[in-house]
Amino acid sequence: MRFADFVCREAVIPELQASDKEGVIQEMLQALQQCGAIKAEEMPGIFKAIMKREELGSTGLGRGVAVPHIKHPSVESLVGTVAVSHQGVDFAAMDGDPVFVFILLISPPDRSADHLRALENIIKQMRNDTFLRFLRQAKTKEDILQVLDEADAGQFAT
Amino acid sequence: MSDFPTVTRTVVVNNPQGFHMRPAHLFAQKAQQFQSQIFVIKGDLRCDGRSIMELLTLAAPQGTELVIEAQGPDAQQAVEALAPIVENPEPEELAGEEESAE
Repeated sequence: MRFADFVCREAVIPELQASDKEGVIQEMLQALQQCGAIKAEEMPGIFKAIMKREELGSTGLGRGVAVPHIKHPSVESLVGTVAVSHQGVDFAAMDGDPVFVFILLISPPDRSADHLRALENIIKQMRNDTFLRFLRQAKTKEDILQVLDEADAGQFAT
Repeated sequence: MSDFPTVTRTVVVNNPQGFHMRPAHLFAQKAQQFQSQIFVIKGDLRCDGRSIMELLTLAAPQGTELVIEAQGPDAQQAVEALAPIVENPEPEELAGEEESAE
């Protein structure tokens, strides 16, 4: 499953303002709401669910990347967005390092295979140093989208 | 390491959500507690059992057959400990028990 299949293009964030976990999630949900991927009235519930999931164990996977995710009945298909923090955020990641790249996923409860395939694609790309470096260097939405498009085209990982 | 026998076991993912991030994390954490080398195999794909990143590339939904392979002095124990994380429908519960036990 490619980034283009689930990333809401208008919702990518090249420079996160938030400097903590809650703030990052809020900012990303706000962007998803503005692009119409989630409804405003669902935001508090989705936020709560994501934070609850993080309490079970951080989705900060290491290598400066976190993939906060949740299943939620208010979405009909997998939606997500990508955000970059240039200063790095303490996300209680598995390796303890700050997180610079965030990929947030919200999937419908009955589509776990899609969810797993999206995760697989994200992880495959994440293992490529160039992909991560380009994302971290992104200054504009267009920069991020270009990196994601190149990833979808198989430029980094296969 | 090669003096030790290789222990393998075929397991089936029973979690309705598949082998997603939480079980993969539990698996990698548990695998790191053993001296043995541990792999999880799906078809041609061979993943380091200690690496959550590699485990997540399995993208294994419910019903997927995986092979756990361990080689080292504690290979048998490793396989015994790791198989339930794949086979249990709710491996998160296993973690809960363990955290309270530790």
